[in-house]
Amino acid sequence: MTEMKLITGKDAIRSALIEEMQRDPTVFLLGEDLEQATFGVTEGLREKFGPERVRNTPISENAIVGAAIGAALTGTRPVAEIMFADFLMDAMDPIVNTMAKARFMTAGQAKVPMVIRTPSGAGLSAAAQHSQSPEALFMHIPGIKIAVPSTPYDMKGLLKTAIRSDDPVLFFEHKMLYYEGGEVPDKDYTLPFGRADVKRQGKDVTIVAVLAMVKKALMAADMLAGDGIEVEVIDPMTLNPLDMATIISSVRKTKRLMTVEEGARTGGIGAEIAARVAEEALDYLDTPIMRLGGKDTPIPFSPVLEEVMYPTEDTIASAVKQMLG
Amino acid sequence: MKKEVTMDKAFLLGLYETMFRIRTFEEEVMVQFMDGNIPGFIHLASGQEAVSAGACAALQKDDYIGSTHRGHANLIAKGGRTDRMMAELFARETGYCKGRGGCLHITDMRVGSLGANGIVGAGIVVANGAALSSKILKNKRVTLSFFGDGAANQGKFHEALNLAAVWALPIVFICENNLYGEATPQSEHMKIKDIAVRAQAYGIPGACVDGQDVLSVYDEVSKAVKAAREDRGPTLIEAKTYRFHGHHIGDPETYRTKEEVDEWMEKRDPIKLFKAKLLKEFKVAGSELDPIEARILKEIKDAVAFANQSDRPDPGTLMENVYA
Repeated sequence: MTEMKLITGKDAIRSALIEEMQRDPTVFLLGEDLEQATFGVTEGLREKFGPERVRNTPISENAIVGAAIGAALTGTRPVAEIMFADFLMDAMDPIVNTMAKARFMTAGQAKVPMVIRTPSGAGLSAAAQHSQSPEALFMHIPGIKIAVPSTPYDMKGLLKTAIRSDDPVLFFEHKMLYYEGGEVPDKDYTLPFGRADVKRQGKDVTIVAVLAMVKKALMAADMLAGDGIEVEVIDPMTLNPLDMATIISSVRKTKRLMTVEEGARTGGIGAEIAARVAEEALDYLDTPIMRLGGKDTPIPFSPVLEEVMYPTEDTIASAVKQMLG
Repeated sequence: MKKEVTMDKAFLLGLYETMFRIRTFEEEVMVQFMDGNIPGFIHLASGQEAVSAGACAALQKDDYIGSTHRGHANLIAKGGRTDRMMAELFARETGYCKGRGGCLHITDMRVGSLGANGIVGAGIVVANGAALSSKILKNKRVTLSFFGDGAANQGKFHEALNLAAVWALPIVFICENNLYGEATPQSEHMKIKDIAVRAQAYGIPGACVDGQDVLSVYDEVSKAVKAAREDRGPTLIEAKTYRFHGHHIGDPETYRTKEEVDEWMEKRDPIKLFKAKLLKEFKVAGSELDPIEARILKEIKDAVAFANQSDRPDPGTLMENVYA
C-alpha cells in the first residue's frame, strides 16, 4: 500500500521539482528571485542543487523564456518560472512565435522540452496586473501544452509529466491553491495530459471547472446535494490537449452544461468548451449552456470589489438552480 | 589590419568557397523567385557574405549559431547543404523543414543552427539558451548569435546581452550592421554610429570590424570565440556591411540611391575584395580559384534541379509535428 501524505499545493510543486531534478541532471530552474522564492515554491532549492541549476535571473521575461527555449533545443530540460502569469505578456514573442512553433516549422528537427510555471489567479488584492487568469489566451495558440491543476495531487503528477515532456508546457498554478492541502502518494507517479478527472459524479448537471473554481464547484455541489440535485464536476486538468470525450459523455448523461472559470468570460475556456459541445452534442442538451467566469473588466484592487468579480459557491449553486428551473 | 600571411592556403580557399557559394546561391534564389518557383518572402544576404563566412570559420563543428530572417548565408557558412536549402525555399518535402519553414525559418539543426527566426531580435534570446546549456552540460561549445542593426533596438537585445554578461555565457553576439533596419537608415533608428559601443553598457567587450573583409571578421570573431570557450564571457562584435538587394525581393528601395548601391557593389564587394587579396597578397593563382567557382556553379545548378524534381508536401501531412 502506498502511503498518502497531506501536503500543500506549494509543496506538491516543490517536491515535483526536487524529484525531477534528482532524477534527471539536465533539469534546471531559472526565474526571478528563485532563491527568495516569491510564493515559497523554490525555497531552499538553490542550496540543495547549487546556483548552476537554480538560476536567479534579471527581471527580463524575454531573456528567461528565450534562454529556456535555446537550452531546451540543445539538450537540457529547463523549468522557467514567470513570477506572475501577468508577466507572461512580457514574453509573448518567444512563447508564441518561437516556443510554440519550433518543432512544427523545423519539421520535427527541433524538440523544445521546457516548462514555464507561473502563478495565476486572484484573491490577494493584487489588482489588475498581478491577478489575471490568462489561461484561455494561450489555448488560441497551437503548439503550447497547457496544464491547469486544481489539487496538490494533480499539481505534482502533472508537473512531473510536463518536465518529462519533449514539447513545451505552460503550467498554471493558482496562487490560492498553493496553500490548500491535499493527499499525495509518497512515491513517484505521473498524470497524463489530455485526460479529464471527474471530481464528483452526478446525473443532473455537468460543471466543467478549472483551477480554484474546481473547489468552488465542488462546494456548490455539496450545497445542491442537500436539495437533491446531483452535480457532476469535471476538471479538464489540461486545456491543450483538451479531453472533450469525457465532457461530451457527461453532457450526454446530464443533458446540461455549465462552465466555471476565473478568467474573463469572453473568449474564455468555457466559450471553447461550449462551442465544442454545441458542435458535437447539441441535441443532447435540455437547457442552454451557461458560462460562469470572471467579469469582463480589469481586476480591481478593493477586496469588496474583487469579491464580486468571480463565481463563488453561492453564485454557482444559484445558477444551477436557475438552470434546472 | 595586419595580414596573416602565414594562413593556411586551404583555409583561405575555403573562405573564398563559402563566400562564393553564398553569393551564387542567393543570386540563383533571386532568379528562381522571379521565375515564380519560390513562394513567400525572400531576404537575400548578397553583399554580407564575409560576415557569415569569417565568423563561422572561427567555430568548431559542434558549436551553435542563432540566425535571422536573412539567414541563408549564416546557414551555408555553418555547413548547411544548398540542395536541401533550395528545396526548402521551393517549399518541397525534401527541404530542411519539409516546406514548413521557408526562408524565414530555414535551419539544419544537425550542423548546429538553432534556426533562422522571422521575428527581428528573437533569435538573440534563444541563442543565449544554447550558450546556457553548454555551460550546464559543460561541453565547451560556443554559440554565435547573428542579428542585424534593426534587432539592436529590440528590448530582447538588451535583455539578452545583459543576461549573457551577468552569467558569463559562452556566446558571441554578431551584429550584421547593413546600415538599414528594413527601410529605415541607421541614422533615423539610433543616435549612435557604432552599435558595438553598447557593449560597454553590459560590461562586456565590444568591437567594430569591417564586415566586407572576411579575414578581419575571422580574426575578431576568433578572439571572441576563444574568450567564450575559456569561460571569459560574451563579446559584442559589430560587422559593418551592406546588402546588395532590398530588404526582401521586391523591396522598392526608396530609402537609398542606386548610386550608393552601385558604389558598394563595385568597391566594397567582399568577394571581389578577397579575391584580389588572394591573388595579390597570398599569391594564389587564378587557376586555383576557377575550379572552385565551377564546382559551386554546378552545385547550385544541381540544387535547383533537386528542388524542382522534389515532391510538394502531401496535404495529408499538415498536422505532422502538431502535438497540442
